[in-house]
Amino acid sequence: MNDRDLVVMGVGMHPWGKWGHDFTEYGMIAARAALADAGLQWKDIQYVAGADTIRNGYPGFIAGSTFAQKMGWTGVRVSSSYAACASGAQALQTARASILAGFCDVAMVIGADTTPKGFFAPVGGERKTDPDWLRFHLLGATNPVYFALFARRRMDLYGATAEDFAMVKVKNSRHGLENPNARFRKESTVADVLNSPVVSDPLRLLDICATSDGAAAMIVTSREFAEKRLGSLNGVPRIRAVSTITPTYPQTILELPDFATDSSAVVAPPERGFKDSICHAAYEEAGLGPDDMSMAEVYDLSTALELDWYEHLGLCAKGEAEGLLRSGATTIGGRIPVNPSGGLSCFGEAIPAQAVAQVCELVWQLRGQAGARQIEGARAGITATQGLFAHGSSVIVSV
Amino acid sequence: MSTQRVPAVDGWFSLDEHPHLIGGRCASCGTYVFPPRAGACPNPECESDELVPTALSRHGRVWSYTENRYAPPPPYKAAEPFEPYALVAVELEKEGIIVLGQAPKGILAPDLRVGMRMQLETDVLFTESNDQGETTEHMIYVWAPAAEVAS
Repeated sequence: MNDRDLVVMGVGMHPWGKWGHDFTEYGMIAARAALADAGLQWKDIQYVAGADTIRNGYPGFIAGSTFAQKMGWTGVRVSSSYAACASGAQALQTARASILAGFCDVAMVIGADTTPKGFFAPVGGERKTDPDWLRFHLLGATNPVYFALFARRRMDLYGATAEDFAMVKVKNSRHGLENPNARFRKESTVADVLNSPVVSDPLRLLDICATSDGAAAMIVTSREFAEKRLGSLNGVPRIRAVSTITPTYPQTILELPDFATDSSAVVAPPERGFKDSICHAAYEEAGLGPDDMSMAEVYDLSTALELDWYEHLGLCAKGEAEGLLRSGATTIGGRIPVNPSGGLSCFGEAIPAQAVAQVCELVWQLRGQAGARQIEGARAGITATQGLFAHGSSVIVSV
Repeated sequence: MSTQRVPAVDGWFSLDEHPHLIGGRCASCGTYVFPPRAGACPNPECESDELVPTALSRHGRVWSYTENRYAPPPPYKAAEPFEPYALVAVELEKEGIIVLGQAPKGILAPDLRVGMRMQLETDVLFTESNDQGETTEHMIYVWAPAAEVAS
């Protein structure tokens, strides 16, 4: 075991769905599940790393202290991380830093959300200096608009088809069928996707992930703490890498919520694009590569974006993701299953919980506890997220 | 009855016969920014705090595009009934940037392709009227298909 590895002693989730309840209720259920999984009690937790979101019109700003209060004040130290879709990974990194620095031995990482119906919209009020407000006001540039720009690039550059995108949905809907935490547990066919209405051309309703309620939590500890509790750490999943890097100037790909990219007129673009670099940093830190991975949980905000991730993760060369999908390699039973949980396709997005949920799936798979969606002999897995304001993350877990 | 035209956002584009985007250019290293802003140059190798307002190229090529089939949520002021419209990301060669904008009304996804030449125009984003019969058209920059040029 590497000196900088953390032990994942427990994971837990509240199923994803759409109820509109208080998000702290979901969080508490996920937290209790993770504690039970770890064989620990709430009073054993020395640090709570909360993943934040901003949900206008809902119970407001989610923070570490929100959960500490919900579970009952114990004087526990807290942190609160906002990194949009990567908030959960940034919270994990905060917990990791605190444990590795010796400030605590056992931490809870937690995220929960309640989402409104329909398109995500910016926080209210007239905010003419906020690019996230302006992109809606001046352009009507919703999140699916940006997803669609990437999908269209795959079509015009690589010859991807609407059927290719639909096959991602077909695969993920099968993966999620037996996942008790998934919100959508219904098989989709290519025809189902192609018959669903176009939202932002070329993407259709079933190509785009929904917005969901949900919560996920994990208990991470120092090696010493885990050894004392568990004895042997054989077969116990460890966090090997947490990448939460930002882009390198100039960022030349148009990303949420920007009106324009950086300029490459004076400084040449970096060797690796932003999303490639997120994954590369995780591999470097873990001392592992794409060939060492048994699986990947990626941020399939749209079907086409899952294909982009195959390339960012180094699972195939640029332009070859459709071929990799069609070969069956990314289906459970294939060489490198992607989104064995069913992904965002089956969950919908509960922003601050999602990056934590990805790690929960890797942990269940690595322990052989994934039931009907189990990947045989899983040894290591990688997650990838990217969201608003150039926040991205990648986490590697192995046994 | 009178109609006046105002930009929907101040200082991002000109409203003349041959409209152009207004970006910023670093006085020291020469890199560009859009939307325009004051303050620090975004190039981490450059310590300049001066971004000079600069007219950007009126022409560029399509990097990607899409078409909205559903009305975006507020603060977008969607017309009723909603009419689908296209959004186009256009790459400006000289400035080395990609700028997202709407296409003019009536230009939809089938009219577009990656690599196509585009030109900056303006179009009405939304219209407001008051009790005195005065109408204000809030204008926005748009990317319109342009004639190809011999290279």
